[in-house]
Amino acid sequence: MTQWLGPEEWQAVALSLQVSFWATLVSLPLGVFVAYALARWSFPGKQLLNGLVHLPLILPPVVTGYLLLLSFGTQGPVGAVLQDLGIVLAFRWTGAALAAGVMAFPLMVRAIRLSIEAVDPKLEQASATLGAAPVWVFLTVTLPMTLPGIIAGAVLAFAKAMGEFGATITFVSNIPGQTRTIPSAIYAFLQVPGGADSAMKLVIVSVAVAMGALLLSEFLARRVAARVGGT
Amino acid sequence: MTLDIALRHERADFVLDAAFGAPPGLTALFGRSGSGKTTVVNAVSGLLTPDAGRIAAEDRVLLDTARGIDLPPHRRRLGYIFQEGRLFPHLTVRQNLRYGAWFAPKNAPREDPDKVVALLGIGHLLDRRPGGLSGGEKQRVAIGRALLSAPRLILADEPLAALDEARKAEILPYFERLRDEVSVPILYVSHSASEVARLATTVVALDAGRVIRQGPAAEVLSDPTVLPAGAREAGAVLSARVTAHHADGLTELDAGGQPLFLPRIAQAPGQTVRVRIAAHDVILSRGRPEGLSALNVLQGTVRDLRPGHGPGTLVSIATAAGPLLARVTRRSAQALDLEPGTPVHAVVKTVSVAPADIGTATQAG
Repeated sequence: MTQWLGPEEWQAVALSLQVSFWATLVSLPLGVFVAYALARWSFPGKQLLNGLVHLPLILPPVVTGYLLLLSFGTQGPVGAVLQDLGIVLAFRWTGAALAAGVMAFPLMVRAIRLSIEAVDPKLEQASATLGAAPVWVFLTVTLPMTLPGIIAGAVLAFAKAMGEFGATITFVSNIPGQTRTIPSAIYAFLQVPGGADSAMKLVIVSVAVAMGALLLSEFLARRVAARVGGT
Repeated sequence: MTLDIALRHERADFVLDAAFGAPPGLTALFGRSGSGKTTVVNAVSGLLTPDAGRIAAEDRVLLDTARGIDLPPHRRRLGYIFQEGRLFPHLTVRQNLRYGAWFAPKNAPREDPDKVVALLGIGHLLDRRPGGLSGGEKQRVAIGRALLSAPRLILADEPLAALDEARKAEILPYFERLRDEVSVPILYVSHSASEVARLATTVVALDAGRVIRQGPAAEVLSDPTVLPAGAREAGAVLSARVTAHHADGLTELDAGGQPLFLPRIAQAPGQTVRVRIAAHDVILSRGRPEGLSALNVLQGTVRDLRPGHGPGTLVSIATAAGPLLARVTRRSAQALDLEPGTPVHAVVKTVSVAPADIGTATQAG
């Protein structure tokens, strides 16, 4: 790989994988929680939360990126607090992970919510009558039966994070080694003469990673579904 | 171990206002659909909180709205057998069976898992998943799962209603064994008179949210007003002791000193069985009938007559084997001059007694 890809291109690939991995991993517990809340609870402001979760799907990515910059930038209300705690997001790879995570969140929540709604609440009742406290009902019945949806949601979020461009470049710019992910790198290569070759290689990597992720998720979801389906 | 229940629950089109006690053994909650049976069971299990009420299992208060006590389902320790099984599809049969025991307190009195597996005949299914089991097998596993959760009480909500006749016949004996061999009391919901006749120690009859009758099974079931389908479904439960199996495929029983012939049954000589005899299968005669193909002629005295809405009349007869019901036309009742105190002979065709109407009796009954 390093032979075929130049150091600059390899850097972009490695950074993209790192950013997407952490974006997915960190947002997954929150995604499961929000999906569960939307699927099973009724509370005031539920539609507002639902709208908020889906907003990045509908807003222009540049707008999402700008809003992130306003709130999580060093001058922003959240960013300032985080800076006091020693966490800086603006123009760092962590910021790129945040942008990717936010943009991928609606896809993740949708997939997980659908699979939670498919779990028969009667099974959760049966679990409770057998002595399982609500946390155990979730861990022993809801969660394992939702696993195919969680895998699908995570892979979808990972693939989306790999391709995130607009919000990322707006929020954390396009700094080689820090925030230059594959899409940003392709964009940068296309801006300079003779960069089309490098851009093409990254395009191939993008397609391969996306395809591989989808196949892997199909395979895992099938295996889990066969287990959960009880045959 | 007894269960005391008093409930009041109001909905737009329905008021449940019921109080009853369930002694040890199998208590059947009996009534047509919409009578409030499932509401009672869900309130006992904690899946539904009634407007007002008190539920206590022995000395343990599960619900007392006046004192603000309402234990969540997982702290009530009741084994709930649902109509549709509700096995966990992602777990094996063995894991399903162990599920409840895992949450039960360490010092709770437990059934021996091997004994339960043997009792239910599910040893060969342990490594399979519920998806591949038949309806009857699923329900047997569901019974085992409830039993092994170390419950204070077993709740069964129409556990046979989703099964066909053959599967029902497969499961019924397991409930008889449960009633006779397990010390945990059972609250069993059903709208089927023959199921209740076969299983119940005590019957609580519900109608439109109220308890209309409660007491020993034989007594309550001989009252046609408690039956969901009315007199059409009326029948009486006799207890009889097996005396001999004959070579021509018949079993002879002793019903209070009078012989009773039934199609061959599984129970061994000396065992007591309960036999449900449907009222429409009984013919009445003033004199002892001669030259008759029917083998069973039971002597008794008319206790009372209850004219129905149609042309029929329900005659209850006291025999040495217990109360018997006969459904005859009003015209016949007049022709025979039947009135309380009249001595009669009740004729029952052997082949009209279905195997599903014959069950092993409890030691007491």
